[in-house]
Amino acid sequence: MTTLSDPPQESFRLSQLIYDTRYRSMTIQIIALIGFLLLLGWLFGNTAQNLADLGKEPSFRFLSEPAGYDINQRLLEYNSQDTHLRAAFVGLLNTLVVALLGCITATILGVAIGVLRLSSNWVVSKLMMIYVETFRNVPVLLWIVFVMAIMIETMPAPRAFKGENPASEMMLNDSVAVTNRGVYVPEPLFTNTLGDVHLFGAASMRFDVSLDLLALMLVLGASLWGASWFRKRADKIQELTGDRPKTWHVRLGLIVVPTAVLLYVLGFHLGYPELKGFNFKGGTHFRNSLIALWLALSLYTAAFIAEIVRAGIMAIDHGQSEAAAALGLRPNRTMKLVILPQALRVIVPPMISNYLNLTKNSSLAIAVGYMDLTGTLMGITLNQTGRELETVLLTMLIYLAISLSISAVMNMYNNRVKMVER
Amino acid sequence: MKKTVLLGALTVAGLAAGAAAAGTLDDVKARGTLNCGVTTGLVGFAAPDANGEWAGFDVSICRAVAAAVLGDSKAVEFVPTTGKTRFTALASGEIDMLARNTTWTFSRDVDLKFEFTGVNYYDGQGFMVPKDLGVSSAKELDGATVCIQTGTTTELNLADFFRANNISYEPVPIETNAEAQQQYLAGACDVYTTDASGLAATRATFDDPAGHVLLPEIISKEPLGPLVRHGDHEWGDVVRWTLNALVSAEELGVTSANIAEVSAGSNNPEINRLLGSEGTLGEMMGLDADWAKSAIMAGGNYGEIFSSNIGEETPVGLARGLNAQWTNGGLLYSPPFR
Amino acid sequence: MSDISFVRTEMLPEQDPPASEVGALGWAKHNLFSGAMNSALTVFSILAIYYVLAALLPWAWSPTWNATSLAGCREILHDLGREGHFSGACWGVINDRWVQLFMGFYPPEHYWRPIAAFILLGVALSPVLFSDQVPAKLIWFTGLYPFLMPWLLWGGSIWVPLMVLAGFVIAYAAYRFILDKMSELIALIAAVIVAVVWWLFLMGPIAEFVFNIIPIGMEAVGSRKFGGMMLSLTIGVVAIGFSLPIGVVLALGRQSDLLIVKALCVGFIEFIRGVPLITLLFVASTLLNIFMPPGTNFDIIMRVIIMATLFASAYMAEVIRGGLAALPTGQYEGADSLGLNYWQAQRLIIMPQALKISIPGIVSTFIGLFKDTTLVSVIGLLDPLGLSNGIRANAEWNGVVWEIYGFIALMFFVFCFSMSRYSMYLERKLQTGHR
Repeated sequence: MTTLSDPPQESFRLSQLIYDTRYRSMTIQIIALIGFLLLLGWLFGNTAQNLADLGKEPSFRFLSEPAGYDINQRLLEYNSQDTHLRAAFVGLLNTLVVALLGCITATILGVAIGVLRLSSNWVVSKLMMIYVETFRNVPVLLWIVFVMAIMIETMPAPRAFKGENPASEMMLNDSVAVTNRGVYVPEPLFTNTLGDVHLFGAASMRFDVSLDLLALMLVLGASLWGASWFRKRADKIQELTGDRPKTWHVRLGLIVVPTAVLLYVLGFHLGYPELKGFNFKGGTHFRNSLIALWLALSLYTAAFIAEIVRAGIMAIDHGQSEAAAALGLRPNRTMKLVILPQALRVIVPPMISNYLNLTKNSSLAIAVGYMDLTGTLMGITLNQTGRELETVLLTMLIYLAISLSISAVMNMYNNRVKMVER
Repeated sequence: MKKTVLLGALTVAGLAAGAAAAGTLDDVKARGTLNCGVTTGLVGFAAPDANGEWAGFDVSICRAVAAAVLGDSKAVEFVPTTGKTRFTALASGEIDMLARNTTWTFSRDVDLKFEFTGVNYYDGQGFMVPKDLGVSSAKELDGATVCIQTGTTTELNLADFFRANNISYEPVPIETNAEAQQQYLAGACDVYTTDASGLAATRATFDDPAGHVLLPEIISKEPLGPLVRHGDHEWGDVVRWTLNALVSAEELGVTSANIAEVSAGSNNPEINRLLGSEGTLGEMMGLDADWAKSAIMAGGNYGEIFSSNIGEETPVGLARGLNAQWTNGGLLYSPPFR
Repeated sequence: MSDISFVRTEMLPEQDPPASEVGALGWAKHNLFSGAMNSALTVFSILAIYYVLAALLPWAWSPTWNATSLAGCREILHDLGREGHFSGACWGVINDRWVQLFMGFYPPEHYWRPIAAFILLGVALSPVLFSDQVPAKLIWFTGLYPFLMPWLLWGGSIWVPLMVLAGFVIAYAAYRFILDKMSELIALIAAVIVAVVWWLFLMGPIAEFVFNIIPIGMEAVGSRKFGGMMLSLTIGVVAIGFSLPIGVVLALGRQSDLLIVKALCVGFIEFIRGVPLITLLFVASTLLNIFMPPGTNFDIIMRVIIMATLFASAYMAEVIRGGLAALPTGQYEGADSLGLNYWQAQRLIIMPQALKISIPGIVSTFIGLFKDTTLVSVIGLLDPLGLSNGIRANAEWNGVVWEIYGFIALMFFVFCFSMSRYSMYLERKLQTGHR
């Protein structure tokens, strides 16, 4: 054996950038990056040139100017003298509200429909199939407009509640009024209120948080935690001794009593809506636009969720339900304890994208005049200020942030329920 | 100035190059059609019929300008715009002029960089309520639900009006007039507010027009007019003076019926200058001598356009009111053609 | 002793099952009333169906097909003794406007062009969708169709699509020519540059020059004339068509080991998927012209198609990525072991299979995009929904609501439902190996 000779001295040649696989990927990447930067530069250059030609200067100053318009459905106090930024913030909260409500309703509806579609009952399963196909195959924008039109045309106007012999009456012991301007429900009121805490001072982002609500949530959270601690303790005792102590009354008491006491101390009572002048006064008013959007988005997305749930359930091996039957579990226990927990793993990832779709579709609110982010920032503000570049880009960024946070949260959940691959 | 941009075969039809940079007048002439922005549909002002032909009061202005510039009132591409897209469509050069009941305001003129070339309809914001509501003044509307079209100045006026009178209201923003009508008729709002002309036009199409009243308050001035981009004065002049020609024609008694005989020559020198049988007004603007004649022949003079689209004989049924000639106590007052 | 048997030695004749177990009754018992819960559900469902139909049918059954205005409809219904807001539908508006709802403002004498374009679309897709029933040679037509369709729809000189096509030929020639002398990467880059230069600078004048000598062409129809269902279909088909190659590139980029390329692709895909389509359409209507060099001016439909293409590419990339992920690694390893390089492996082994698996996903992306084209009405384009506003703004039809919406919904339902059924069939057909 001869000694190993030194490898030939490598000298870097330019052609290696192309022919040598070690360097080639670098070359491609740098070309791609340069191309991308050139494209960006080109777009920026064009934009700057065009804006200069139009005599406009990109600036976000308009955000601090008074908006001048009113918003009906809002979570925060707002008047027409507040800034455009404040209006956008109110709109953003409206987007989040309808997205949250929609996701919850769509999930409940979708799971119910998906399970019913697999029902052995012929009428029910066909009916659910018709539901799914009808809602999936017609654009969501049409559904939104449809539901809005149905609300407007078929519900009674507040006028109908007037007079000695009104054409319509309030429901549930005069506490809920369903009108074609929306639904009025009783609102919670507190006589010994703790007041509000004002965050962010008088800025556009100012945010009042009701201390009553905060206290309620704290107490409820603490009692729930206590109750779950009790249950865990019961589990432990059961494991040790085989006997499960009766805990439900303790747990129920733990949940109900502190909350009830707090409600009593705060002087909780309901404020009922009442017909005064043109409209109902008092109570909480869910506007038509909110309900139409919420309903339409939920019904539409539920059709997709139903299909996902159905596919998820069908993906579970038949042996699972047979084994459960062999163990003597009844069908609904089988569904709850065996099928659904496994199906969840299949269901969750496509569910995430449906939640995202619902959130993005909530931007169709402008079709019914629900003042969400699109309606305020990219709607009236754009219109009144003529700042299309700033408003549209800002709107896109906010939606992007919402989408990314939703998918981050949901992915965290997915990682928790995901099957551990072995 | 032609620029070919890569977009495959789609470039053929999709690309009309160089609108913004060169003079709009030259562009329109070179293109052979006028791109005119109108609404997506408003009774009496602009709507397509079953054959896709647009008609209406605003549409007639577009046709008159096309006739003046190109000699052909059919050489118009109507571009439907919404409240949000109209200004960018004009600013980006996608349309040459906007004739979409747009209110002339300071900020639109100065800040948004547009040039209003006149007023073709003097309007004001009003309120319509059902008669059985028993309301006789807008100040009695405390707590009422108000239907309002978004993307207009009316939103701001409304907020100001209710704030100034210290009364509360509940706005229901709506995209189109058709939807507003639907909501109002169903009682989803107590009041419908928009330009008084729009209210009258809407009311005219109701089953029972007599069951609805317009309240006496007109809370704003809404001078509606065609507009063009800032800085293109030749083109602005063309649109402005076409409008003025229509107004003058009515004042001078020139109609589409008698224009053939009048244009042969008349003993009124202003008519002669207007119709191009005397002087070189058309040439000064870069148009043919008979530009105004073509414009008037397109749909008649201002009065004819008014009466055939929104006048009292039409379903819309608007009275001339402020839009009468100054000689009849209105505000229409065209500068002289001299 | 053996003739005593304790069990039966011969079979009893078969008996009919009890009447309650067979026939309609038995079926109903098993499928509708198998328990208290099920019975309740059945009754509830039937009641629900009854209420919906009882409200809908009398309204829809309304002899107003020939009415020429809403007032005319009301008159007809009045003569029948039907009064009130929901007394009957006014179908006259559909009779008057259905052609417009399908074709928009396209010149009637050229209606055959969009119709031919969409029929030929079916022909062009058949080698992909019904691969077992049509001759394989038809794939050539599929390749040519992207150039034929715009010409049919927009008209104009035939030389422009031909010259665009020539760009690909020239690029390929350049690629082969340079490949003989230099590396593949250089050849690829050079081919792209040649093609771009051709399309940007040479193609226009040459097409015009040839057209002046041999003027073959059809009357040009501006995209403003597009409307109704045809506009929705055009946007959907063109955007999906263009998004397919972009989606492939993005999907490969997202899977690649090259960090920067991957970052760019992921960034693009996540950005587009993270924002609502409506904001992208606002970009199309208000911003896209600002991003382009001063003086360029695409018309609004072009801009919407551009944004819809970008939108669809991001979703397409995810669909194709799913297809790539579904391929067993053995396919990649097999390609490597044959000594194929990256592009050869993609072209010959990976992509054909991945795309095939992705077809159902592509179809559902198309359905989604097609439904989403209704959003263009928000920025003032006259798709069916946008046209409905224009129709309702006509003096004759002012006040019509349900009939138009119902008709539009029905049109969309028919299109989307048949496509989704087809894609399900395809899914079953393709569900062979790889499982």
